[in-house]
Amino acid sequence: MADTVTVTINERKITAPAGSTILDAAHDANIYIPNLCSHEELAPYGACRLCMVEIGSREKTKLVASCIYEVAEGLEVRTETPRVNNVRRFVIELLLARNPDAPVLRKIADELGVKDTRFKKQNKGCILCGQCVRTCREVVGVSAIGFKGRGVTRQVTTPFGESPVDCIACGSCSYICPVKVIPLKEENGVREIWKTKFELKKCKKCGRYFAPVKQLEYFSKITKLPKEHFDVCLDCR
Amino acid sequence: MKIRNPKELEKLCNKLLANKDPQKPCITICASSGCVALGSNRLVDVLVKELKERGLEKNIDVKETGCHGFCEGGPLLIIYPEEICYLRVSEKDIPNIVAKTVLNHEIIERLLYKDPVTGKTIAKQSEIPFFKKQERLIIGNNARIDPSSLEDYISTGGYSALAKVLSQMSPDEVIGEIKLSGLRGRGGGGFPTGVKWESTRKAEGEPKYVICNADEGDPGAYMDRSVLEGNPHSVLEGMIIGAYAIGSNAGYIYLRDEYPLAVTRFTLAIEKARETGLLGKNILGSGFSFDVTISRGGGAFVCGESSALFASIEGRAGEPRAKYVHATDKGLFDKPTNLNNVETWANVPLIINKGAEWYRTIGTEKSKGTKIFSLVGKINNTGLVEVPMGISLREIIFDIGGGIPKGRKFKAVQTGGPSGGCLPEEFLDKPVDFDELVELGSMMGSGGMIIMDDRTCMVDVARYFLMFLEEESCGKCTPCREGILQMREILDRITQGLGEESDLETLEQMSQAITDGALCALGSTAPNPVMSTIRFFRDEYEAHIRDKRCPAGSCKDLISYSINQATCTGCGACLRACGTNAITGEKKKPHRIDPEKCIKCGACIETCKFNAVEVS
Repeated sequence: MADTVTVTINERKITAPAGSTILDAAHDANIYIPNLCSHEELAPYGACRLCMVEIGSREKTKLVASCIYEVAEGLEVRTETPRVNNVRRFVIELLLARNPDAPVLRKIADELGVKDTRFKKQNKGCILCGQCVRTCREVVGVSAIGFKGRGVTRQVTTPFGESPVDCIACGSCSYICPVKVIPLKEENGVREIWKTKFELKKCKKCGRYFAPVKQLEYFSKITKLPKEHFDVCLDCR
Repeated sequence: MKIRNPKELEKLCNKLLANKDPQKPCITICASSGCVALGSNRLVDVLVKELKERGLEKNIDVKETGCHGFCEGGPLLIIYPEEICYLRVSEKDIPNIVAKTVLNHEIIERLLYKDPVTGKTIAKQSEIPFFKKQERLIIGNNARIDPSSLEDYISTGGYSALAKVLSQMSPDEVIGEIKLSGLRGRGGGGFPTGVKWESTRKAEGEPKYVICNADEGDPGAYMDRSVLEGNPHSVLEGMIIGAYAIGSNAGYIYLRDEYPLAVTRFTLAIEKARETGLLGKNILGSGFSFDVTISRGGGAFVCGESSALFASIEGRAGEPRAKYVHATDKGLFDKPTNLNNVETWANVPLIINKGAEWYRTIGTEKSKGTKIFSLVGKINNTGLVEVPMGISLREIIFDIGGGIPKGRKFKAVQTGGPSGGCLPEEFLDKPVDFDELVELGSMMGSGGMIIMDDRTCMVDVARYFLMFLEEESCGKCTPCREGILQMREILDRITQGLGEESDLETLEQMSQAITDGALCALGSTAPNPVMSTIRFFRDEYEAHIRDKRCPAGSCKDLISYSINQATCTGCGACLRACGTNAITGEKKKPHRIDPEKCIKCGACIETCKFNAVEVS
């Protein structure tokens, strides 16, 4: 297989690494495609459907999620067609019904010319992009949280809704959340996330609380470095 | 007992046939889910006891069979060799049946099928109009064999197709035969089966998997259930033949756990086939090995979608993934996988035995063979029918199905399950095949047919299917999860009389966006019931929105019940039927309904013999 392929995006010929997604190829060529559930550190997921593009030649076209669809030699892509925009506006309206105030949604809505949602407000906050769940599994590697339920009852949660046994309180889920609905609080050497309190470690040198004890234990386990290695904070190390 | 080679199989079949006296009386009772629910299990016990008491157990065979399809008349009891068909048989009929019909060849008129038009009774099963117009290639055997008996299946020529394939045909020849037959996937998509097999055979990667999709879930559909319950070996034989052609040694059947009888019978079929050497290592001495594992589905509708089905077998949540790579290249465990539906597999032995050329003579130009449909809803003969492709909707609904109960008017037929559409009367004479139904704005689907009469509200039907899909959406992608919910909210408003002029346009726009945007077929086809009802029954939507009126008299917020004072005879039937004491009146004087107490359940309409209850 060749290392690169040539594709046409919006009439522009672009060379992209074979195996890359349309979304990556477009962004590398400074062609913007809105997206919410994709992230460069995460495996393609294809759930939010904001990044839909139209592919194919004039007579026979179809819509695909650009975050999953891989480029192929000669592929023709259009990122701004009436069909594409119809789906994107629809999706952002649906997401606004779940969370009407999130700045990231408002920004995309503005770009698409959507002022408000026609649909009945659900006000659920979470938009179920799954970035938290996937980060926990793919990047952190602990799978402390997951989805429960299906359809509209789908929800991000800890196992059985209880204190998450495998959580290391790293806070990646809260950090990655595009709509900021996973609360993380720190007070008096204690970090609270998923309604659970985690003890923070005090740096042996500077005396500052710098990371959850459970997270440092996890680091020690995966790096095979002695526990003592993590007694001091990064700045003092 | 081991069957070591095709010769031994043939010998066994001949022996079974030779030992069978065609003149020996045999009483069969349908023991499929529908008839079991009506008590057919107890019938068998009573019958066996009755025969024993009369010392007849050696002279008369009793057999529990699979579904005949005429579920409306269940429990079914048939007496061979005369083929006398008794309907709605109860325990207390059994002594009579044995004494009169079995011993004295006297027919009990009361238990026979009675033509609703002519009033004439029909004794022979095959003469009943419901059966007469059918071409029962697949479910026909259900009535003849005991699904728990491998010998029964072998005696009807079972596994001879497998023997033929293993001893006389190369895998490519098998694929060629299936391709030539024109067989298309019966699960709904209608993809050419032979082409799929060929792609999987040619795909790179080992091992290759062969899977049977038995996650039937369309509301009102039970074709696959009946095949699995009634003739499990036919499906298994099809799978083994497919595996040989594709070059697979491992198979799965994804079978929903809500079909306990199907699970039991298929488990038994696998065990028996293994014991006899028809499944497992070195099948029939050919050197070819293949085995099947049952994976029991938890009942999620979406798991019938191929990629969700794979995820479920792999032990993950049943969520679809994008299908930009075909399952034939990367399916189960990312290996080449061939997934076919129950009915598709059951067609395979038939094609091998009778030949592709013969198979091609049945059906239309692009849809070959027969199709099983489940006829449910407002239809006289509720049940399963198997008809050649190309038959008209009218023949299915009126000639076979017996038309609409209580002489009401036909309004629409819903085909293709939640992904299909509702077709109005003007299409009744259209031929039924894969392409024609799509052309009309619906689809074949797996074969569910829901018949609706003039009292069915089409807006409410669309709303029902959305409610179903809203619950069954996996929730992964936004258009399906949120879009179906919001469409249902709009339909809720319309059926409550709160619809707005702009709603229809919004619904059409949403439909397009969901079709274009959803991740899998469950979502992308979800708007079909809405789109087809708007297309063919727009006036009904408009009546709800503009006039706040439900023409079918079904939407509770838009109707009220009253009693016509001139036609009411004061018989009191409705008064007794009313569950909320909303009806009052003296005997032999016209009654009245208190609208405050009335919950619009319709019980009064059902009981009134004088059509005095009116809906406005």
